[in-house]
Amino acid sequence: MTREEIIEQVKEVLAEEFEVEQDVMTDDATIKDTLELDSLSLVDLVAVVEHTFKVKIPAADLPNVKTFAQLYDYIESHLH
Amino acid sequence: MNNRVVITGMGIWSCLGYDLDTVRDALYNGKSGIVFDQARKDMGFRSALTSYVEKPDLKKLIPRNQRQFMPEEAQYAYCSTRQALEQAGITQEFLDQHEVGILFGNDSVAQATYKAVSKIYEYKDTAACGSGSIFQSMNSTVTMNLATLFHLRGINLTTSGACASGSHAMGLAYLLIKDGLQDCIIAGGAQEVNPESVGSFDGIQAFSTREDEPTKASRPFDKNRDGLVPGGGAATLIVESLEHALARGAQPLAEIIGWGFSGNGDHISTPNVAGPQRSLELALKSAGVDVHEIGYVNAHATSTHAGDGREAMAIANVFGDYKVPVTSTKGQTGHEMWMAGASEVVYSILMMKNNFIAGSLNFEEPDEETACINVIAKTQEAHFDMFLSNSFGFGGTNSTLIIKDYKG
Repeated sequence: MTREEIIEQVKEVLAEEFEVEQDVMTDDATIKDTLELDSLSLVDLVAVVEHTFKVKIPAADLPNVKTFAQLYDYIESHLH
Repeated sequence: MNNRVVITGMGIWSCLGYDLDTVRDALYNGKSGIVFDQARKDMGFRSALTSYVEKPDLKKLIPRNQRQFMPEEAQYAYCSTRQALEQAGITQEFLDQHEVGILFGNDSVAQATYKAVSKIYEYKDTAACGSGSIFQSMNSTVTMNLATLFHLRGINLTTSGACASGSHAMGLAYLLIKDGLQDCIIAGGAQEVNPESVGSFDGIQAFSTREDEPTKASRPFDKNRDGLVPGGGAATLIVESLEHALARGAQPLAEIIGWGFSGNGDHISTPNVAGPQRSLELALKSAGVDVHEIGYVNAHATSTHAGDGREAMAIANVFGDYKVPVTSTKGQTGHEMWMAGASEVVYSILMMKNNFIAGSLNFEEPDEETACINVIAKTQEAHFDMFLSNSFGFGGTNSTLIIKDYKG
């Protein structure tokens, strides 16, 4: 899966799950603010990524996944 | 204290309609809400019959981060509660300024639980089920969601009493207000409508198999009944003290005057006569009325052989020579289970306020056991100002409400 495909798929599933427009998910935007995540719905981000890419983001890694670009990096580096 | 307890608002989300006027007309016209669901057949159901209830679209009403906590039964209950609050003239501003409680009957969260556990098994990771699952898969999901959405600060409790859950919620609301512990309670019942919630019920061969005639399958008290049809949705009633209602300028619709309950102390699924009979007797004693004052009985009768027969005998034993008109609205709705005790109060009040008794759909002729009561087969114009509503459930839990018209 190419990075472009990852980006396209992430935007698609997150827009569906969190009911936001895809164009607000710019590379440098903060995921938490853009998707209006609280401590509970942060779990949904983890679940959606796991369902879509079979990539688990352990709680210990979440602090390093703040922006969309960092999310793409994380998925790209952990895809099997 | 001994407050008078009134109902000032009602709401309904059922297979007969999604507003009170539509449901009133459906009752009057003998509409059936029962359909054949191929998905259930494909799953291996013995009977694929069910009521059909639309899922509401709440996207514009509730933000995603709150909506994700709501399984379908909570969504239905949200819709019925909005209607009831509106009819009662209770705004969000009022709820923010007063202590209002919530009591709802609910006794399953099967689909939400199934979905959550399936995700955990599939991904071997508990986070895979998402953050909404825990709140969706608790039996109190309806009350926890509505209390949060409407900012309720009074009693916050779910009653789980099998198919009498909604009626027990109404009864408890009545007692708390009568005793002065609460001024106003949002009371009701909710029932999920999906295969996961009733597959095991189908497994004990409790459902009608009249799949070639879905609208004729639910036939309470009829000689040829062959089982119940599962249904669901939600119903809400705003219950408050008469003093509280009048003080805020509300117009009461009806008054709850008695509640009776009992346990059979017997078989887990097969009902008896003595248990239900004691529930009726306690309700009459609680209300302080004579049987002749009851103008209509909304029976529990679900279209099962044993249940309908034994309820008929219990009614006959209590009412004696007085052949009170009896129907079961389940001929139209199927068995709304956890919701039924509340929805059937809504249906009965709609009849009482509009001067008719909806015919017991599909009742054609009684059998030996059900011949002892006066089942009204066809809708008739009828004036009554007091009714009795029965709800009975697995484990031998019984609840009976007596409600009269309010003519301030």
